[in-house]
This record gives sequence, structure tokens and C-alpha cells, in this order.
Amino acid sequence: MSGRYGIVSKLKRKKIHEVVASGNRMDGRGLEEYREIVVRPNAMEKADGSAEVYLGKSRVLVGVSVEIGKPFEDTPAKGVLICNAEFTPIAHPTFEPGPPKDDSIELARVVDRGLRSAEILDFDKLCLIEGSDVYLVFVDLYVLSYDGNLIDASAMGAIEALRNTKMQVYKVKEGKLELTKRTQALKLLSEPLAVTIAKIGENLVVDPTADEEEVMDARLTITLDENGNVCTIQKARSEGFTMEEIKKALSLAQEKSAEIREKLKRKD
Amino acid sequence: MSKEKKKTRRKTKKKPTKRFDGRNPMELRPIKIESGVLPNADGSAYIEMGKNKVLVGVFGPKEMHPKRFAKPNMATLRCRYHMSPFSVDPRRSPAPSRRDMEIGMVMTWALEPAIFLDRYPRSVIEVYAEILEADGGTRTACINAATVALVDAGIPMRDLVASCSAGKMDGKLVVDLGDYEDKEGEADVPLAYMPKLEKITLLQMDGVLPPNEFEECINLAIEGCKQIYEIQREALKKKYGISEELQEEAEE
Amino acid sequence: MLVVPGDILYEGRIRTGDNTYRSQGKVSATRIGLVNYTKGMVSVIALEARFNPLTGDLVIGEVVDIELGKWILDIDAATPAVLNVPDAIDAPFRSDIDMTKILDVGDIVVAKIVDMDRQRTPILSILGRDLGRVAEGFIVRLTPSKIPRLIGKKGSMVNMILRETGCNIVIGQNGRILIHGKTREQEEQAVSVIEKIEREAHISGLTNRVQEYLKNMKEEKG
Repeated sequence: MSGRYGIVSKLKRKKIHEVVASGNRMDGRGLEEYREIVVRPNAMEKADGSAEVYLGKSRVLVGVSVEIGKPFEDTPAKGVLICNAEFTPIAHPTFEPGPPKDDSIELARVVDRGLRSAEILDFDKLCLIEGSDVYLVFVDLYVLSYDGNLIDASAMGAIEALRNTKMQVYKVKEGKLELTKRTQALKLLSEPLAVTIAKIGENLVVDPTADEEEVMDARLTITLDENGNVCTIQKARSEGFTMEEIKKALSLAQEKSAEIREKLKRKD
Repeated sequence: MSKEKKKTRRKTKKKPTKRFDGRNPMELRPIKIESGVLPNADGSAYIEMGKNKVLVGVFGPKEMHPKRFAKPNMATLRCRYHMSPFSVDPRRSPAPSRRDMEIGMVMTWALEPAIFLDRYPRSVIEVYAEILEADGGTRTACINAATVALVDAGIPMRDLVASCSAGKMDGKLVVDLGDYEDKEGEADVPLAYMPKLEKITLLQMDGVLPPNEFEECINLAIEGCKQIYEIQREALKKKYGISEELQEEAEE
Repeated sequence: MLVVPGDILYEGRIRTGDNTYRSQGKVSATRIGLVNYTKGMVSVIALEARFNPLTGDLVIGEVVDIELGKWILDIDAATPAVLNVPDAIDAPFRSDIDMTKILDVGDIVVAKIVDMDRQRTPILSILGRDLGRVAEGFIVRLTPSKIPRLIGKKGSMVNMILRETGCNIVIGQNGRILIHGKTREQEEQAVSVIEKIEREAHISGLTNRVQEYLKNMKEEKG
């Protein structure tokens, strides 16, 4: 995926597999080491909540907008969380403008499922008028630069943006909605984080770069909440994992998510 | 929102010489430009113009797809203007609107005269502008950043293109309209200009102006462009800024 | 002096060199770069420029497509390049040749531009010493206009890097550099030197700085 033509270079595949097999990585990291993580909370002013995440050379801007709209038909008394991802064409030569493609849909889905499974929000409290008016919480993942592992970067950004979201409060008066002057923070009930692990040959590496994603055999993304419970799993690419590998990946994910959580801790 | 407007209106009445955001009529909003900010683009730039925040990436010249769209004698310049869902309040749909398409087109026309397109037959140069936050005058911000990104991509050019608007607000002519002036003012004239070649490459207008004021607006916008041009030059040179330490070493 | 496109370099009669143009008696820059006045000519040494393919250039490309009797290679130019079967096997094309056995999509190739066709498509050849499919190593990139600095006067810079790092290095004029070392450490040294040249190519005294840099790296290691 790294050239303009989106072709997997055989030379690159051979080299990365060799280097990983010897316990090293092309960028000098250890197999179980993340790249530098920089999180900028409140990166935008007009969004209700926002955060920008730099994970090495990957860069994701997350905006949260809270609006009023109709609930889903099967949950008329619950608020709605909508996760949307966009791969902007400036992020990589192979990203083209236009409607979302498989990769960006997968990114939105995996992050969305992580937030949902961890029951991050009390959706009952986000209902105003059953069946007609509820709060819609949009989480927009805007990918500005791609160098691998967009899921972990986006999951971090989503949590950070939801943490600093200030939504305008409505009240119901005589069956009608009325905008109040108050703003209110979203109350987060849990904080799920994703850890992505690539299988390259016989080895597992965390936080793969674009080159590593290009040549990896398979990928496993494990989302964990703050208690270490598994919220979401996504296995990708057409190679299998052994049970041993899954177990190893799980303990690796526990360890790494705790590390990231420490980094994201509020400084206040 | 409407209450805020009333407040600012009252303010402008109290201090008639200042604009709603405290600027003088001929004062630009603060501008910051940085070149070479995207690792995967051939050229790139980031601009903050007032509260506008725009990232531009340039790709190419590269092979045109599909091939039948390629021009046999020159390169094709393609500009895309796109707003992030959270760039405005309320949130907007990420699908491109007719307005986005039109702005992409006028950006292309504003930048094309500056580029030696005939050097790259059958290829395409893509300019992608991502509006991260919008605050009035996004098209001028996009053109300013796109020019810097094109130079950063090493595309051969005749001149830089600087862009600025002028218009009329509460009966007064002002330069570089912000979001509020853009929406509430009597007229808005966005313009792009090649300062060395002295050519206007973008000219649009919304609102109503008598001919003499329209002409004055053009002059004001050109003055604004000349100031922005200097900022563009500085941004381009800054990337190659020679640190003192290195300079000393080089002199030894 | 650092100039940007549109900057006037000279008014009056003078020959125009690289990255300049003449209009209404004035010579101006077309790219960001350093001005150079020599022997009645003005030119700009570009700091940013895409690869402009010329006959005779050694390039490193990637096979991106196979058509009847030819391979299509991406060489980071405005148009892809073509390698015809006779320029790869020194024999005419026959329909029973399995082209993927010779070169397959995704292969990295060191090639020479032997011609430009009527549509300005670069025509490649891999007949010759040290040309052909690359079996080992990896590719890093350098802005093509900085390649002359990486090579240095009569190869002085690249020879120094070869000597000090112990890596094998092949430089494509198109800004792709093939590196192959005996150890990861050697390779990481070569990469970091190329990154330094990318950042500092326009500042004078480059050779001495690189020399110093390589020496320090060795000392740290030792």
C-alpha cells in the first residue's frame, strides 16, 4: 500500500520479514514497542469535543458533535452514537477522494464497536422525547496522515475527544424541546482502548507502520476497557493465528493498553 | 447565535472605527503558514488565517487515471475543496456539496495561470484542501496554502498566487472578511493575485456594490494579497532555515 | 541566495539555465532554490523538484503492470516507464515466454533509461552490468534534486558512506536509493546519513559535516 500504485513490493516484504525474524524492526523499535504518542486535546474550537493524535507519522483528528435527532427505531428511548471515519486524500497517495471504502468503514466500525461494547455512555439519559428526539453523538475520525495503525490512534482520539466534549443542554417543556444556556460534559462510563498486533512471519509486533501493514500476514486488534476486560476483537487479513498466538496477543494487549492509559491520564 | 450578533452590533456602534473583532478596516486577520507538514504528500502546507484552519496536500505530476481524461499537450490541475464534518457548527455531512465542487473549480482557475502545465503532458497534479475549521474566507485560505504546497512539491511556477477578500460591512469597506462579516455584510469580493506578474486570477463577488466601491474593493484586496505574499515567502524559506550552529560550522 | 518562484533574478541579456524562465526581458525563478550565476548564465539549484527522466539516467523502479511484450515500471516520474522484452532478455519477444518468470509485479529493478519515446515515455533497459532485478536490500528516498550531493564530486560522498558504513549502496537518479548491509546497524547508519543529507543538502560544508557525523556514530558504537 505504500507506493502510488498500491502494490506490495516483494523486496520490502522479504526485508521486513527478515528484520522482524531477527527480533528487530526497520525503524529501530523493539517488537513490543509503540511509536511516540502525542495527544492534543481540544484541538478544534467549533466541535463540541476534539482531539488530535500523532502516532509516529500517523495523524488522526477526532471531532465530536452532539446534535438532536431521531432515535433508531428499535431503541426509541435511547440516545445514538455514530462513528464515522474519513481517509482524506492528503493522508496517503493511495487514498482517493470519494465515498468511504472498505478500510475506512472497517476503521469506523471497529472503533464504534469498541465504544459501544464498553457501554461508554448511558444512552437512556441521552433521550429527550421517546421516539422522536434524542441526543446524537457523532464521533468523526478524520485521518490526516497514514503510517499504519489508524485504529489505535483513532480509539485514543475518540476517548480523548469524548472526555472533553461539552454539549448544549436541551430541556423538554410541555412536550417541546427548548435549548438552555447550559453546557454539560458527556459522562463517560468506561474508556476502551485498542491495541493492534500484526503477525509477521512467526512473530507478533505491536503498533505496525504502513510498511509493516503492507507485508503483514494477519492482524489482531484487541480493545480493552480500564478493568482489562476485552470489549472488541477484530482479526484481519487472510492468515490464521494459533491459540498460542492469540493468548500471547491478549497478554500483550493487556500490558500495552495499560501503558497507553497511563500516557493519556489527565494532567489535571 | 442571534444574541451574540446583537451584542457585536452594539459594540460596533460604540466604537465606529473598529470592526466587530477589533480590527481596523485595512487590517488582515493573523496568518500563520507552514510548509512541508505532511509526510506522504509530494508537497504540503498548513495555514491558519483567522480561525480558519486548512491543510493542503499536493500530489504529482503523476499518471492520469482514467487515461482518456489526460490532455496530450499539458498537465491537468485538479483541486478538491473539502470540509471536515466538525469544521462548522452544526456538524455538516462529509459528502461533498455543490458549493465544495464550485470552490474546487475556482481554486483550479486561480492557480493554473501560475503553473507551467505544458511541462508535463498527459499527467495530473492533484491539490487537496482539507478545511479542518472554517471561519469565513476559506477559499482564500485554501489558495494561499495551495500555492505554498505547490512550490513545496517542486512544481515549476511563474509566480506565487496570494488570495484575500475585501468587502463592505455596515457601509464601510473592509479587507479580509471574517465569518460574521461574510454572512452579515453588504458585499464580499474574494480575489487572488500574482504579485510579480500583476494579474488577478480569482475574482468573485456576492452582494451589491456601486462600481466605484467595487473597484476600491479590488484595490484593497490586492493590497491584502501583497501582505499575504510576504508571509508565503517567509513560510517557504523557513523550511530551509539555516540554524546558527550549522551556519557557524559551514563558515569554519 | 534562496529564491522562490517568480523572483526576478536578472534583467537584460543572459542565458537562462535550470529552473528559470524569461518573460518581458526579465529572468525569473520557477522553483524554490539557490541562485547560481556562472559564465553568462543564471540558474536555480532546486531544493524541491520531481524526477525529470533523461536518457542515460540510472533509475530504481518497481514493476506495477505487465502488458503484452512489456513491463510497466513506476520510477517516480510524471509518467510510468516501459521495459520491453528485448531490453530485458536480449532476445525478441515470443508469445510462449512466461514474462512473470523474468520480472513480476512488485519486483524492484535497477535499470537504465535508454530512450524517450514520442510521447516522452522513458524506455528502460536492464541489459548490462549491475542492472536487473534486486534480490536483497531495501529502498529509501531522497529528493531527486539532492542526488548530486549524495554522490559528491566524482563520487566522493557516496564512497565515503560506503567505506564508513560498510553498506552496499545503489543510487537511482530518481531519488530511490538501494541499501544492503551485513548488519542492521550498518544499514541504520546509512539511512541516518541519507536523512541528514535530505535535511542539509543546501547548506555548504556538507562533506565535512557528514564525515564528522559518521565518525561520531562509529565512536558511539565503539
